[in-house]
Amino acid sequence: MRNIISIFKRDFRSYFTSPVAYVVIGLFLLVSGIFYYLLFSSFMQYSYAAMMQQQGVPINVNLMMIRPFLLNISVIILFMIPMITMRAFSEDKKNGTIELLLTAPLSNWQIVVGKFLATYIFYVVMLGATALFLVFLFWWGNPELVPVLMGYLGLLLMGAALIAAGNFISSLTENQIVAAVGTFGLTMFLWIVGFSIDFTGKIPGKVLEYLSIVTHFEDFSKGIFDTSHLVFYVSFTFLMLYLTYQSIESSRWRS
Amino acid sequence: MIEVTGLSKKFGDVRAVDDLTFQVKKGEILGFLGPNAAGKTTTMRMITGFIPASSGTVSVAGFDVFHKPLEVKRRIGYLPENPPLYQDMRVEDYLRFVAAIKGVKRRSVDVEIYRVAEKSAITLILDSFIASLSKGFKQRVGLAQALIGDPPVLIFDEPTIGLDPRQIIEVRELIKNLAHEHTVILSTHILPEVSMTCDRVVIINEGRLVAVDTPENLTARLKGSESIRLEIEGPSDEIMRVLQAIPKIRSVGCSATRKHEISEYIIETDLGADIRRDLAATIVKNGWGLLEMKTEKLSLEDIFLKLTTSEERMN
Repeated sequence: MRNIISIFKRDFRSYFTSPVAYVVIGLFLLVSGIFYYLLFSSFMQYSYAAMMQQQGVPINVNLMMIRPFLLNISVIILFMIPMITMRAFSEDKKNGTIELLLTAPLSNWQIVVGKFLATYIFYVVMLGATALFLVFLFWWGNPELVPVLMGYLGLLLMGAALIAAGNFISSLTENQIVAAVGTFGLTMFLWIVGFSIDFTGKIPGKVLEYLSIVTHFEDFSKGIFDTSHLVFYVSFTFLMLYLTYQSIESSRWRS
Repeated sequence: MIEVTGLSKKFGDVRAVDDLTFQVKKGEILGFLGPNAAGKTTTMRMITGFIPASSGTVSVAGFDVFHKPLEVKRRIGYLPENPPLYQDMRVEDYLRFVAAIKGVKRRSVDVEIYRVAEKSAITLILDSFIASLSKGFKQRVGLAQALIGDPPVLIFDEPTIGLDPRQIIEVRELIKNLAHEHTVILSTHILPEVSMTCDRVVIINEGRLVAVDTPENLTARLKGSESIRLEIEGPSDEIMRVLQAIPKIRSVGCSATRKHEISEYIIETDLGADIRRDLAATIVKNGWGLLEMKTEKLSLEDIFLKLTTSEERMN
């Protein structure tokens, strides 16, 4: 356990001793802030128009504002994940510190889990920063809390799956650019397969829909908790961690 | 302490290391000598368990590297060719991290860091960022890292590479001081380093073992002949004639004439034939002045060249 924590602490701190953390979090907050502003403005317009027309039902802030905001975040994340995970193993491979890790009395699981935790907790911190936007909504309005929490739970689960995938791809190469582009390709693929559902047959459509990582998030954004999505994200995460483990372990395979 | 048996490593069709067998005794400094690309780094990586062997076994303190990697790793301090440093960390934080993953007890981490920093003379730079250090200091931080946890076996891959002459001497001194308490394997392609620091030498070339011996024995063993340098006062022609008559002498050559009747002679003798007494007696008997007599040792460098160029013949 101490080994895992040591690796986690080192990797996590290294985000903040380099500009990476600030650039990634800054960019993420900028982009999600723009979406937040746009959604907020249109929400204001709608509710102003509704007020003018003297409609009895007030416009639902959860439906009109928070849900699309969370959906936007789930897509922005796809672009941010590669930047978070690209260093995980590639950097160690490049500057030889992997030799330190692999010749220290550590099990490969400890290395994999420690590195996953560092990237994942960084993701959680980054995601947590967006809660600031929602604090204002709760301050001035009265949205429902449960769907918001459910939405964040969904983002946490989806993030774990993608971060694990990014770690795996990073473990395959010593080049951070290749790791980033590879992870970006994978996240894009997992997003875009969802688009083609309408044009494919019934069974392939189902398969593609199941693979589409953002589709699984939609229920969460509506505040619905469905265990099948939980199972998808958790099993995807574990599969990717297992593959990462095998990728590290493969250096020990006899050839 | 370390037993390497039939160790081989293939990269595709290339045999980087081919059937190496040698032992390292406890407390010994073993020099691992070979030209670049001889398979030194590959062998060391197999001993540390960083890469697996294609065939053959390595055992450290009785534990097999392949089957009990953690037990072996616990007992080895390893400095790879490029010190494995995190550039964005401070030296002290880095050593703290290494201490943690090497399982140094929490309470003794501070003491341990101070101990290794003292040994590798980096106490003054503990607060510096590794990225800002010179090559020499980085190398020493790498050494400090290998010493953490006081492992019984130390493996250094070209520890003096890229250092200036003064630093090289310091690092060699440090390694010498580590002997006795530790078993050390040290790779190098610099010959004087081996004769200066090592108890025993393993010479490899193109992945194959060429020789294992002490530096002194290697020198003696590989000499086809021994040579003696003399400075004698006397008539040159007569001296040459008389000396050539002494048994076991292969050749006599006059290499330089210093002053009137004082010349320098190089005498080649059979291997292992110590004829210095006979020489001295003969010279004195003839009434010449014996001014200097010295056995010339073949330097390891010569041996090394001999070994690596005539490798085909040796096998």
